Amino acid sequence: MSLLAVRNVSKRFGGVNALADVTFAVEPGDVLGIIGPNGAGKTTLLNCVSGVVHPDTGDLRWEETSISRVPPYRRARLGIGRTFQIVRPFPSMTVRENTAMGALFGQPSGRLQPAAAIKQADEVLELVGLGEKRDYPVLRLTVPDRKRLEVARALAMRPRLLLLDEVMAGLNAVEVEQALEMIRRVRAGGITIVLIEHVMKVIVGVCTRALVLNFGRTLVEGPPAEVLRDRRVIEAYLGERYARDQGT
Amino acid sequence: MGSLLQVDKLTAGFGLTPVLFDVDLELQPGELVAVIGANGAGKSTLLGALSGLVRLERGSVHFGDRRISGLRPEMIVASGLVHVPQGRRLFSTMTVQRNLLLGAYRRRDGRVQQDLQRILQYFPALADKLDRDAGTLSGGEQQMVAIGRGLMARPRLLMIDEPSLGLAPKVVDRVMEIVKTINQDGTAVLLVEQDVVLALEIANRGYVLENGRIAMSGAAADLRRDPAVRKAYLGV
Repeated sequence: MSLLAVRNVSKRFGGVNALADVTFAVEPGDVLGIIGPNGAGKTTLLNCVSGVVHPDTGDLRWEETSISRVPPYRRARLGIGRTFQIVRPFPSMTVRENTAMGALFGQPSGRLQPAAAIKQADEVLELVGLGEKRDYPVLRLTVPDRKRLEVARALAMRPRLLLLDEVMAGLNAVEVEQALEMIRRVRAGGITIVLIEHVMKVIVGVCTRALVLNFGRTLVEGPPAEVLRDRRVIEAYLGERYARDQGT
Repeated sequence: MGSLLQVDKLTAGFGLTPVLFDVDLELQPGELVAVIGANGAGKSTLLGALSGLVRLERGSVHFGDRRISGLRPEMIVASGLVHVPQGRRLFSTMTVQRNLLLGAYRRRDGRVQQDLQRILQYFPALADKLDRDAGTLSGGEQQMVAIGRGLMARPRLLMIDEPSLGLAPKVVDRVMEIVKTINQDGTAVLLVEQDVVLALEIANRGYVLENGRIAMSGAAADLRRDPAVRKAYLGV
């Protein structure tokens, strides 16, 4: 049984087809990478899954039950957690308090007591590598640490599916390696992942499958190594320098 | 001394703790110089200190034949040192054309319209989008508007902070080509960039910033081959 099935989803904004008839499934244990040019519909697709945006047509199924009419907060409680491209932590709170927020309100069983939420926050902060910085004010965090915090806040809800929207943007090659380790630990904890990324090292390094969107449509879907060699993907997205550097 | 930019013993930061310590840096007219370093090393703070947005605690900045440290940001822009900030920072509900014209806000010469046409030659993709709100453009196009807005101020030195951020690989290549062309046309560029390979490919020289200090500097080709740089920033 697929964890998530997206069926024929379309979404228009004004005259623009943000998504056109997109269909795919996410199986338990998958790490699905969504790539494609800026403006191809990647974030809109995540927004449809988390419920922030309503598709015009099509259906979304969570373990075979339609969730198309389920509001975002209830999808979160079903087990769909997400991060946002522009991180917006509460600036006056510590790392730990910010993370506990996710635990407080995102639980399948409703609300947690504050002490339990703090405990849960501490667990996920260890997982993302922010354990030692849990008492920092968030304003002291560097860019990579703010991205980790964003992941921690989503993990604190104990999701079964984690949607990551460009959590590697702005990281250098070495920082990307460290973030990859974090994603591998999350996956080892039994969480299925869908991620949007422009860093191909991530797609190759951690994804089990890749899906390329172009002008709102699925261009190619398959194993990452094959997808990144596909001429259509090189032309629409990767460019000739990438193709040259990877020797295809 | 023929330097366009001369930074001496610059110490700067926010509140009580400096982010930058004793930074020395210089740039010749027409050069393309890259600043690389991990997140949190102080790269963006350095650009902020040069453009007057971050207060200097010690040290000096000379631009051309003037001392610009201590001047207000708008005076620094007027002297020809222009900052293209990280994350584009466009006025998203204003048109592309108005965003571009805002770069010329302080200019009093009569050649602004002419410059707009000249600058659009770098960004043909923007030519038929002048009337669109900047917020509706793709990430790559928005970065082009941000660089174009910087050029509209007629800079002698353009400082660009992470132009590749959040862009598709192919678009990153395009933006970097444009940066290189702008430099070849005579504008000096100080480039902060996470994509170290690309930055050192188009730059003449580079500085490596670590924990707020200059750890290394040299010809871009040498830095690209340096084992310490490769290990720390390329992960190889």
